[in-house]
Amino acid sequence: MSDQKVLLKVNDLKQYFPIKGGIFGRTINHVKAVDDVSFEIFEGETLSIVGESGCGKSTTGRAILRLDEPTAGEVEFDNTNILELNKKEMNKFRKDMQIIFQDPYASINPRHTVRQILTEAMEIQNAVPKKERNDRVKELMDTVGLGPHQADRYPHEFSGGQRQRIGIARALSVNPRLIIADEAVSALDVSIQAQVINLLKKLQREFKLTYLFISHDLGVVRHISDRIIVMYLGKVVEIADKNSLFTNNMHPYTKALLSAIPSTDVEKEKERIMLKGDVPSPIDPPEGCRFHTRCPFATDLCRTKVPELRNTEGMKDGHRAACHHMEAIRSGEHQPQVNA
Amino acid sequence: MTGAPDTSYDNILEIKNLQTSFFTKDLEVKAVDGVSFSIPKGKVLGVVGESGSGKSITSLSILRLIEEPGKVKGGEILFKGENLLDKSEAQMRKIRGNEISMIFQEPMTSLNPTFTVGQQIGESFRIHQGLSKKEAKKKSVDMLKLVGIPSPEKRVDQYPFELSGGMRQRVMIAIALACNPDLLIADEPTTALDVTIQAQILDLMKELQEKLDMGILLITHDLGVVAETCDYVAVMYCGKVVEFTDKKTLFTEPKHPYTVGLMESIPQYDQDIEGDLAVIKGSVPSPADMPKGCRFAPRCPFATDLCRNKLPDLETDEDGNQIRCWIYSDEWDGDPEVNVYERSESTS
Amino acid sequence: MFQFIIRRILQTIPVLIGVSIIVFSMMHLVPGDPAQVIAGEGAPQEQIDNIRERLGLNDPLPKQYLDYVTNAVQGDLGTSMRSGRDVSSEIGARFWVTVELAFYSTVLAVFVGLIVGIISATRKYSAIDTTLMLIALFGLSMPNFWLGLMLIQWFAIGIDLPSWVPFFSNTAWFSPSGWGSFSQIVLPVITLGTSSAAIIARMTRSSMLDVIGQDYIRTARAKGVKEQIVIYRHALKNALIPIVTVVGLQFGGLLGGAVLTESVFAVNGMGKLIIDSIQARDFPVVQGTILVASLLFVFVNLVVDVAYRLLNKRIDLD
Repeated sequence: MSDQKVLLKVNDLKQYFPIKGGIFGRTINHVKAVDDVSFEIFEGETLSIVGESGCGKSTTGRAILRLDEPTAGEVEFDNTNILELNKKEMNKFRKDMQIIFQDPYASINPRHTVRQILTEAMEIQNAVPKKERNDRVKELMDTVGLGPHQADRYPHEFSGGQRQRIGIARALSVNPRLIIADEAVSALDVSIQAQVINLLKKLQREFKLTYLFISHDLGVVRHISDRIIVMYLGKVVEIADKNSLFTNNMHPYTKALLSAIPSTDVEKEKERIMLKGDVPSPIDPPEGCRFHTRCPFATDLCRTKVPELRNTEGMKDGHRAACHHMEAIRSGEHQPQVNA
Repeated sequence: MTGAPDTSYDNILEIKNLQTSFFTKDLEVKAVDGVSFSIPKGKVLGVVGESGSGKSITSLSILRLIEEPGKVKGGEILFKGENLLDKSEAQMRKIRGNEISMIFQEPMTSLNPTFTVGQQIGESFRIHQGLSKKEAKKKSVDMLKLVGIPSPEKRVDQYPFELSGGMRQRVMIAIALACNPDLLIADEPTTALDVTIQAQILDLMKELQEKLDMGILLITHDLGVVAETCDYVAVMYCGKVVEFTDKKTLFTEPKHPYTVGLMESIPQYDQDIEGDLAVIKGSVPSPADMPKGCRFAPRCPFATDLCRNKLPDLETDEDGNQIRCWIYSDEWDGDPEVNVYERSESTS
Repeated sequence: MFQFIIRRILQTIPVLIGVSIIVFSMMHLVPGDPAQVIAGEGAPQEQIDNIRERLGLNDPLPKQYLDYVTNAVQGDLGTSMRSGRDVSSEIGARFWVTVELAFYSTVLAVFVGLIVGIISATRKYSAIDTTLMLIALFGLSMPNFWLGLMLIQWFAIGIDLPSWVPFFSNTAWFSPSGWGSFSQIVLPVITLGTSSAAIIARMTRSSMLDVIGQDYIRTARAKGVKEQIVIYRHALKNALIPIVTVVGLQFGGLLGGAVLTESVFAVNGMGKLIIDSIQARDFPVVQGTILVASLLFVFVNLVVDVAYRLLNKRIDLD
């Protein structure tokens, strides 16, 4: 893994959204949606970001593409910090990075035919010479499993799964290198979801695509990812290759998250770690480890000191977690705190 | 139907051949097309299906909350042995929220934004038990305590927007359970929630179900939720029940090709799958263009001419399990050795 | 909430400054010398100088403006050229007449609009719904001076009824002019309120339809709540939120409409005062009346915003 080329590198990315208030409508506070997030994506891999609502996973995806301008940090695509680029320079890079949204219907113009939707992207990026555009539309439709005869129909004439295919075709139309899929299969019925997942995997093989896959569904994530990032309240709590994350996870939040998923295995009794309460507000996140208010293992150390992402003995290369007590929890030395 | 109250019923709810349709100018959409199932007293039945399967319409039909242009066309809904379809609107109002309660998928939009939590829970007490405002509020606080909301005295005067999604769903449960119903209909109660909150809510529902000994009709698309909470499962496809068994049988020996396809197409977080996911080809047929034989035939890998031309009945086997598929009938004209489940194991 | 009201009041300050500048400039936007215009064609130079002196037109513009605002804040809006009385006392009595007219019209519009809207919404696409909305469209499209004249024709001058109608031989039920008694109030209020009623009815219908489709209405029904209570308690309270805004805007429209209505019915209010003053070139009165009407509009909008907050708890969050 380490000899692979890094395609995208995110350093200390911060995304704070101001909150206005008071008599004069000044900024009185910030929603700290993403707070010091760093990671890298290797060319050709699928990196997933998982977490519950409000953890900042979608915000991270949007910040990378500068759909919302990040507050601080660096995003290096192919060794260029794209946050420093002006609008014109940035547009050149947009061709290489495309996004697919959860609700394909909301992200495509309902008054355009599929052909217009697909050629529009090619036009903006000037990625395909005019003469070849019609052929390219045909090719794209075929690639995502739609009939070329459907090119002149409008989005509302398609089902949800087909619309997501249109969204994918649009992303592909400019030959991107990185695709950010933001909950791209979450709104689909399960039988359709499987078809779209298979399509995404096939396209990755064919076009050597790199995916940043943002999802809350750990089943899908396990199936599609090479590496996985777990986020909680704007911070990365664990990052690992797929196998380590599911079999050798270290962070108590990762463990709780996995144990909360209902399993279809009716014969296996499952130990569930029930988390207390709700995720705290990202406006005033807890001091120290952000998970400490819900963590069964939390101590005074967790309440005061922010844990760093680190690797420790028994963890694979590249596997890191942000917990003060992970060694002691694994060895059984550190037990859940009774009166926490 | 003699009309005499039947106190010897075994099933809290028994639905027989329920038919609910939506009528447009020149089209009848049969959303629920002859659905039958029953829920034994104090048990949890899961109804599973994708969108368009008719599972939500079935639940709304039970409370007779179907709105124009929809209509319950036929069948029987026996609640404690009495047919709800014979009741007057006034009688139904006494049952709704009192003997049969319902919670919905979207906790964000299912509570009225302009009333406090206490007013919304208290309303049930005021309608069905005739309590005063003050008594109703006191009991609302008790209910909030029961569903595990911290500092209930403070929460009771708050508005829904001041609560998180998980809290709101707890409030919905408090409203539903206020009058100690015999049957709770939960339509995708955790779909909009995060998994750690979903675990809390499912846990709460199970705990209260045992405490209050009520039956639950749990509608969901999530097989994991079914596996963890239900006693029995009905799988629906295109307005019809295609399989009805106890939970264990469903997950260990699913019989209907649709059930099997569904299970295989969902990647599980606790299993590795090599290569592609198994898929059910095509998509759900449009209600305007329903296949005349088995509804699943166009997508079924085993379909024969028999399947394509004749609709199979929901047959009950010796164990009481029900299946709507020609493969398990004497008339089956395909490969006599076909085994739906083993085939899937060999391909995965 | 308190903070909100303070903030909202502070926000009206720039609006008030803007209004005062516009009102002040009116005098100077008239082509030529305002004193000449006021005095009229062919007036002796002495009279013009006199007016110029009296209105302070010899001072530099910023000073004139500051003087105007300082006086206005103290309630001194100048002196009427026509009657020689204080503008504020000139407006005083008529102010309440117009406020009454606008208020009754708003009450009528809200009352009729809500009922019609609710009936239409609960009987969506029925013959009643279609008929009511057709009438509303008609009410909306009718110019109000024309409606006023028609009402005078039918119900003040009257139409002879056939002999089989009991009690009445003629429809001259109401008074065509003046303000004070019930019979004088009815026709102007209907004239002024009709178009607002129509707008509110249409707004109520769409707002109610939107709310009735919401999940929480289904929740209320599933609780066993009676349908009337579902509509009038659960749905209406939410549907009112957008309607309140419309009512506030309508009130502004009514002040404008009052100018025509008061003229048609010879009601001695601010609207008629403006028309009369314009005709008499009585600038101080015109200025004063417009200033007062603008203040009234700003105030009503403030009240509407507060009411909106009270109804919509969600906004109170910040």
